[in-house]
Amino acid sequence: MNILDLLASLLFDHTIRTVALGTATLGIVSGVLGSFAVLRKQSLLGDALSHAALPGVALAYMLTGSKSSLVLMLGAGVAGVLAILLLVGITTRTPLKEDSVLGIVLSVFFGLGLMLLTFLQRNPDARQAGLNTFLFGQAATLLTRDVLTMAVFGGLALLLALAFWKEFKLLSFDRDFGASLGLPMGAMDILLTTLLVVAVVIGLQAVGVVLMSAMLVAPGAAARQWTDNLGRMTLLSALFGAVAGVAGALVSSLGSGLSTGPVIVLCISLIVLISLTLAPNRGLLWNSLRQWRTRRRLRSDVVLENLYQMSSQHADPTHPHAVAALEAVSGSGAVRRSLQDLQHRGLVAPHANGQWALTPQGVALAQRQQQAAKPAEERRHD
Amino acid sequence: MTSAQIEIQLIGMVVAAACALPGVFLVLRGMAMMSDAISHTVLLGIVLSFFVLDDLESPWLILGAAAMGLVTVSLTELLNRTKLVKHDAAIGLVFPALFSLAVILISRFARGVHLDNDAVLLGELAFAPFDRLMLFGTLLPRSLVVMGTILLINLVFITAFYKELKLATFDAGLAAALGFSPALIHYGLMGLVSFTAVGAFDAVGSILVVAFMVAPAAGAYLLTDKLKRMLAYSVALGALGALGGYWMAHLLDANIAGSMATIIGILFLLCLLFAPQRGLLASSTRRRRQRWEFAQTMLTIHLLHHEGTPEAKVENRLDHLHDHLRWAPAFAHGVVQRADERGLVQLENGSLHLTEAGRGLARTMLADRR
Repeated sequence: MNILDLLASLLFDHTIRTVALGTATLGIVSGVLGSFAVLRKQSLLGDALSHAALPGVALAYMLTGSKSSLVLMLGAGVAGVLAILLLVGITTRTPLKEDSVLGIVLSVFFGLGLMLLTFLQRNPDARQAGLNTFLFGQAATLLTRDVLTMAVFGGLALLLALAFWKEFKLLSFDRDFGASLGLPMGAMDILLTTLLVVAVVIGLQAVGVVLMSAMLVAPGAAARQWTDNLGRMTLLSALFGAVAGVAGALVSSLGSGLSTGPVIVLCISLIVLISLTLAPNRGLLWNSLRQWRTRRRLRSDVVLENLYQMSSQHADPTHPHAVAALEAVSGSGAVRRSLQDLQHRGLVAPHANGQWALTPQGVALAQRQQQAAKPAEERRHD
Repeated sequence: MTSAQIEIQLIGMVVAAACALPGVFLVLRGMAMMSDAISHTVLLGIVLSFFVLDDLESPWLILGAAAMGLVTVSLTELLNRTKLVKHDAAIGLVFPALFSLAVILISRFARGVHLDNDAVLLGELAFAPFDRLMLFGTLLPRSLVVMGTILLINLVFITAFYKELKLATFDAGLAAALGFSPALIHYGLMGLVSFTAVGAFDAVGSILVVAFMVAPAAGAYLLTDKLKRMLAYSVALGALGALGGYWMAHLLDANIAGSMATIIGILFLLCLLFAPQRGLLASSTRRRRQRWEFAQTMLTIHLLHHEGTPEAKVENRLDHLHDHLRWAPAFAHGVVQRADERGLVQLENGSLHLTEAGRGLARTMLADRR
């Protein structure tokens, strides 16, 4: 199947289109809300929340006997909020560190959920609501109805995020300042975290518990590399989430054994990798290029200075010297390379017999550099 | 009890004890979530080792899988060191990616070789007695042998490097200055965590490994300040949770590992509430007592301030405390009654008089302030 067929299936294949719409919705919602989580160092909160939802799902089913996704989502939401209350309560009242409490809440809630679900599964009616769905998600079976539910809840969450944009921004960057303005930062914290729960809950069905955490961290972490502006970062994060969702849905439609959730996670991970290496300013590639350039510049500056020093012993500062002599003084094998760089900048010129000399511009620059270095030099001798 | 039941309980306790030991250091060093990351990514180690060895029973599989735990730690640190993302985000980026890769590899290439995702994630302790191994002339459950060995390795490692681990945990700077390589201790510990996670995998699944590692250690941390005791309590809590969990699972006919994690969670909750020093109950009692004591001191200072002055008749009256100290009448009564019992004040017809002890207390507190 080539890429055009794949895109065509996105438009015309009902199932693939529905799945892609669902995962794109999820990507947008978790991308926006995840941005805040990443900025607030709560990247692992999504992980804990998605695991903690399991007993909520089980209990909702036990209490109502209904397997409608709305009921189960409600149960998951309640469990998520309870998990957060426990998390905050224990972290503030005991000397335990936050990550220990995260680990406990995550795993014990999950254990409880697992126990309840297996207990339920003695009842044959419950058997189809298998664990696998919950663990890995079943994006491939998303129905239009499910996508609508996701879109409504996700849309509401996004609207709230937009309405409280200023407050959330203050919460993420300068909580104390926000509080000094008289804004209810505690309430905002609760609201933002609740929205995070909403994102987790609508994602569970599509990508499952285990991978939902990635959807909250990765788009925001990738977007952070490209911009310092919160608005742009959030938009970019939503875009990355959506692209990963659609790409994941398409790729997983290609073959059996390619579950949608894991494929989406790999797609978003690829976006993160690209962002980490290629993003301008922050990206690793530009960073090392910048370092390499600085090093090269410093090396040629040393050669320039040495050439000037050597020439100063003659009356003429443009007196030529052999490369070997320069190498001996500079103690570096890259002298020829540096000379070429300097020639390129018009600071040195080759002479007969492989010798090199400063040009008038080179002399001027070397003098300037020596002047600039002098005060520091003198201070050091004091 | 049948012998299978006894074996399951024994395996559960050994798994819990083996996990609880390295868990103590994870909790103390603030690295509990690394156990979550490692327990997920060892799955990729198992899959890749399986592709190489083509044998799910090979002991080398454990080594390969544990190596993936160390790869996870290194990748997280590598990402962290670029300063492009924060530490928690680094964890949250690395392990889902590796885990997803593992899930795809399993469902695409390793179907039907007893390596399906459910089993690996959730474990099934109930089947443990059926998988047996010939050792010393008897057939022993494989998990018991594997986890027993890992428990032993953990014990030996922690005993051998106790001093180093302790120092590196509580004073990393001093440890480095004394010439213990923090990196070596860090990776040693992470190796231990990885090994234990791989071993416990079969029995309790990857997610519940976190419960077995973190919850007993955190409970033990609330009970004591001493490292040795914390290690012992952690093992005890884990083993107790395993026992209780088995019987709850038996009662409900539910997943054994899930029940064990639940009981371990309940034990943690009990520590959280009732721990003698750090428990919520103890600290709220302490806060309440401090509040009363502070109020009594306030009272003596107030009385001393007005003692012998003309306004003392008005100020030093029980019903005046409401105006002056903004105390509700019931609270004021409580404070006066407690102060009376302690022999700090005397109440006569609604007027308050300091005793010698009360005067002394007020003077000491005022002197301390200066």
